[in-house]
Amino acid sequence: MKVKRSKSEILFLAFIYTFMIALCITIIFPFWNIFTLSVTGEGVSTTRFYLWPPATTLSNYARVFDSRHIWVGFANTLHRTIIGTFLTLLFTIHLAYPLSKKYFPHRTFWTLLIVFTMFFSGGMIPDFILVRSLGLIDTRWAMIVPGLISAFNMIIMRNFFMNIPDSLEESVRIDGGNDIIILYRIILPLSGPIIATIALWTAVGHWNAWFDNLIYVNDANLIVVQVVLRRVVLEGSQQLINMAGGALVDTGMERITPETIRAATIMVITVPILCVYPFIQKYFVKGVMVGSLKG
Amino acid sequence: MLFLKGLFYWAFIGKGYKGREMKLTQLTSLAQPNRLAESKNKPQWVLDFRNYSRHWYLVLLFIPGILWFVVFRYIPIYGLTLAFRDFSFRAGILGSEWVGLAHFRWLFSLPGFWDVFRNTVIINFYQLFFGFPAPIIFAIFLNEITHLRFKKLAQTISYLPHFLSWVILAGMMVQILSPSTGMVNFLLRAIGMDPIFFLGDPRYFRGVLVFSSIWRSIGWSSIIYLAALSSVNVEMYEAARIDGAKKLQEIWYITLPSISNVITIMLILRAGTLLADNFDQIFNLLNPAVFEVGDVLATYTFRLGIRNMEFSMATAVGLFTNVISFTLVILINAVSKKFNDYGIW
Repeated sequence: MKVKRSKSEILFLAFIYTFMIALCITIIFPFWNIFTLSVTGEGVSTTRFYLWPPATTLSNYARVFDSRHIWVGFANTLHRTIIGTFLTLLFTIHLAYPLSKKYFPHRTFWTLLIVFTMFFSGGMIPDFILVRSLGLIDTRWAMIVPGLISAFNMIIMRNFFMNIPDSLEESVRIDGGNDIIILYRIILPLSGPIIATIALWTAVGHWNAWFDNLIYVNDANLIVVQVVLRRVVLEGSQQLINMAGGALVDTGMERITPETIRAATIMVITVPILCVYPFIQKYFVKGVMVGSLKG
Repeated sequence: MLFLKGLFYWAFIGKGYKGREMKLTQLTSLAQPNRLAESKNKPQWVLDFRNYSRHWYLVLLFIPGILWFVVFRYIPIYGLTLAFRDFSFRAGILGSEWVGLAHFRWLFSLPGFWDVFRNTVIINFYQLFFGFPAPIIFAIFLNEITHLRFKKLAQTISYLPHFLSWVILAGMMVQILSPSTGMVNFLLRAIGMDPIFFLGDPRYFRGVLVFSSIWRSIGWSSIIYLAALSSVNVEMYEAARIDGAKKLQEIWYITLPSISNVITIMLILRAGTLLADNFDQIFNLLNPAVFEVGDVLATYTFRLGIRNMEFSMATAVGLFTNVISFTLVILINAVSKKFNDYGIW
């Protein structure tokens, strides 16, 4: 049966569709613009608008990839993403599992202790002093350890563990297995979705992280790709020389980076995310839902 | 229904661990008949210790994580006492001399601080006023769309900016909003307007901040509302339609009231961040031309602390922000509980 729609309803729907299409265009078009700019050939004026530039070239990308710093950046970002995500999972799982057990002593107290940190924290300066006092400045650990566990993710994982029926553990217990064996043999194989969700959250977070790298790391060999982008695109070249202590002086990039090169740099860093996000977004949404189903 | 509500219900009110402990002792007493009688005479800490040692594999798993929280979350909280000390690296946090409220007195006497404070409040107010309803409207619109494939596509596209860092987005914005080579100004020129230097003009900078925030998060923030909308009873709409309700009336009288509890909770959470600037965004877009309207508490703290090494002063700013935010959450939650009967805890 087809639902009969009144005139005002059709008008309303038309408005909604227009709104949605307009919104999608405002999101896609900037990316398209940066993309076309990144393939714009030399001699094409950037002060005019082209939907597709009259002369295209890939030389901008060649120049970006010629820079050693982009490769160093990618290597460091990849390193922190892989090691960081692995360690985060390890710590989060190991903390969440005991707290999911009803018989774990003082469970409420321990959980409150962790939840409290979601609302009250030391903030930028005490964190910085701590990291410095621990001697983590200019090490890779400065990008991994201070953000190792997220209280929120820990709680989500713990809630997931709590929903796994206790009866499943009994067979292992009867065979004489301990809690660690139960965790690895029974609980983890059942927790695929939540582990995937938190792994992806953490990984995207690491890929996008820049601030910790900016303040904790001065070593040009430990710079992450987001900070490379910041230096190429956002900081003026003059400032760049002062701030980075000459970190980028040898890249051969011009004093003022041309728009086309900047656009190519943005594309190089955006494309990996652009390619994977349509496939991983469902895990992200699922994660939000897992949280929201509670209560 | 909402994760935080559940979280807090459970965390603050939830069934205490004592009740379960009773059960456990009863259970073990079945296996070892004299346990229960014996445990009655023991002091509490002995029983606690026994419980920990009984589950010592769990304790083993638990220790690294909780140690991390103590070191990386609670030591910085203790580090907030820096605001009342004169910090020097040689003396460390513990050894630095107490100076009482001197830093706060000095801070509050600076006109620059109040400018920054005002900027924070104004920008966050705009963000709240325009940014808060945006995802709700988006979710309601999306909910009306019956063409599933289009809906899915629109959703996927709207999530995109959420996955990119503010460094990338700021880099794109610098390009797109550029007065000479930017797309937006080409459009403005095409309709006969003068180009606008959005990121360098104090009149437009705050608007750019608010608009780009909405642009980035409208899709992502709508997820929670969409989830709430999907649980609204369809029969209510049918009944309303029989009574001759218009689409807008349906939204106003059915949809909005049905998700009002979610909206309230999100509002409480949002209100708690009234002094929490979006540092990532503002820091990457801020430039000297717009300092007077765009410099906020977070960027001020950064400059004071990390750049100028005025650690105690910067911590004072941080503590000031923290305490106000924390108080706000508690206050607004109390008010909401009084008038609406629900809060986040």
